[in-house]
Amino acid sequence: MNAIGTIALNVFRESIRDKVLYNLVLFAVLLIGASHLLGQLTAGQDVKIIKDLGLAAISLFGLFIAVFIGIGLVSKEVERRSVYSLLSKPIRRYQIVLGKYIGLALTLAVNVGLMALALYALLFYMSWGLPPEADRVWDAPVRDPAMLKAVALMLIELMLITALALVFSTFSSPMLSVAFTFGFFIVGHFSADLRNFDQVVDSPAAARLARGLYWVLPNLAQFDVKSQVVHGQFVPFGYMVLTAGYAGLYIVMLLIIAMYVFSIRDFK
Amino acid sequence: MAEKHLLFPFAIAVIVISLLAGAVRLQAARERLYPAPSVADDELYLRSGPALRALTGAFSTLAADLYWIRAIQYYGGTKRRLAALRQPEPPPLLAAVPDDYRELYPMLDLTTTLDPRFNIAYRFGAVFLAERYPNGPGRPDLAIKLLEKGLRDRPDKWEYMQDAGFVHYWYVHDYKGAADWFNRAAAIPGAPWWLKSLAATTLAKGGDRQSSRVMWEAIRQSAEVDWLRKDAERRLAQLRALDQIDSLQAAVDRYAASAGRPPAGWAPVVRAERWPGVPVDPSGAPYELGSDGRVGMSASSPLSPLPVEPERLQPPS
Repeated sequence: MNAIGTIALNVFRESIRDKVLYNLVLFAVLLIGASHLLGQLTAGQDVKIIKDLGLAAISLFGLFIAVFIGIGLVSKEVERRSVYSLLSKPIRRYQIVLGKYIGLALTLAVNVGLMALALYALLFYMSWGLPPEADRVWDAPVRDPAMLKAVALMLIELMLITALALVFSTFSSPMLSVAFTFGFFIVGHFSADLRNFDQVVDSPAAARLARGLYWVLPNLAQFDVKSQVVHGQFVPFGYMVLTAGYAGLYIVMLLIIAMYVFSIRDFK
Repeated sequence: MAEKHLLFPFAIAVIVISLLAGAVRLQAARERLYPAPSVADDELYLRSGPALRALTGAFSTLAADLYWIRAIQYYGGTKRRLAALRQPEPPPLLAAVPDDYRELYPMLDLTTTLDPRFNIAYRFGAVFLAERYPNGPGRPDLAIKLLEKGLRDRPDKWEYMQDAGFVHYWYVHDYKGAADWFNRAAAIPGAPWWLKSLAATTLAKGGDRQSSRVMWEAIRQSAEVDWLRKDAERRLAQLRALDQIDSLQAAVDRYAASAGRPPAGWAPVVRAERWPGVPVDPSGAPYELGSDGRVGMSASSPLSPLPVEPERLQPPS
């Protein structure tokens, strides 16, 4: 357990050293710049657009961190040959995989948390001095705490994507792993089309195959409640629990696959 | 030791499958308790072909492929949805056409702007657009517009002219217009010889079932792709069915005249005419006999609905 914690902490430190948190500066500049511009361009829809932009940017920056750093976690060690020095230590292979995953999940959590904080800070600034009834203009209050639900589900989705990237990086080259992970990300967001495939094809076999893929592939669309929270629609607690439970089981499954593949991989 | 080696991957597989099954169950529970609202995903957000061309740059033909796939799915999905309704609500009398297929033309227009030489998009697209509601939007004007667009890029494409003539003949019942298009097509070097005679037949006997048969046979023989050939074969089978219905109706009328009332079902007519059984259409589906003594095609037949027969040309007075 100690070994896993040490590796996780090292991954976190390394990502800080790799200047991953620089994306936060970019995020802040993007938001502040956009808020300044949008106030003049959007016919009074600036708060809605700032929320949309902020949540989308959190999701996008998080995705890039999850994919590119997630893939580098194992493949970089193998490319640099530093994996040999790691393996020579009294650490089990599964501990390496688990430690690296937890470290990156921590990095992501800090990143997403800070970005969400920056978004709220901007929304506080924009609504500063406005009377309470000004909120009635919008579908949802300007400083709506329900946005945290969208942020939480985004973080969970990013953790699932990190686990996917980790699985691919245990047996494939970095380039291919990036392609696979982005491919799964895209399919995961459009998997509802697979479910309704029987409406556009006549072949029952093709429809069954598509439906099977719908259930087996990660369904990422369910983590996206950005639109609901921005428009003030209620996201039930049960929905959050079931979606998080789904992600939890899927992540554990992916980690077991990653740990197993890494444990049988021959590094000679 | 060897057993342990074999058992370990097996145990991993069992755990992985169990976790996946658990995840699937949770997903199913979430979908049951919180069903996603159905979103009509038929809207086109980008409608400007030139803008899309500029956006897609070197990948414009690939984008055209994607729009073409989307157009086929949209057309097929709408057709199936309307077919599932059995009797879709007819369009209001004053409305020109129902708008179930409203995005079909914009999708085809985008496809052919992104790739102006997308042959199939023009040819299939024209058929999709011209088909009568509920099998299509019933817009032969847009079908002609699409084919004319294709001809602007490839003025020597006699197939597009043949298709335009066919749309005029079959969907607009404008035999002169059809003959003009067939003549234009026949004038293109390399066009088949029979286009000239098709033009002459159309002008002389437009609307005649035999001339329709000649036209569909010509399309069947010249079809470059399977779908067009199969569609022509289906139309030919429908024409055979129309012939059969005429002769069956004559037999039923004979029976009604002798019995003094329409038959209650096929059995007495089958006995009177000494047929081997209940008559079936070319697809094998039995014909229906209404209580008023009218013979019709079964709604479940793959050939249903039968085309509205064009009015025959009146001989000049």
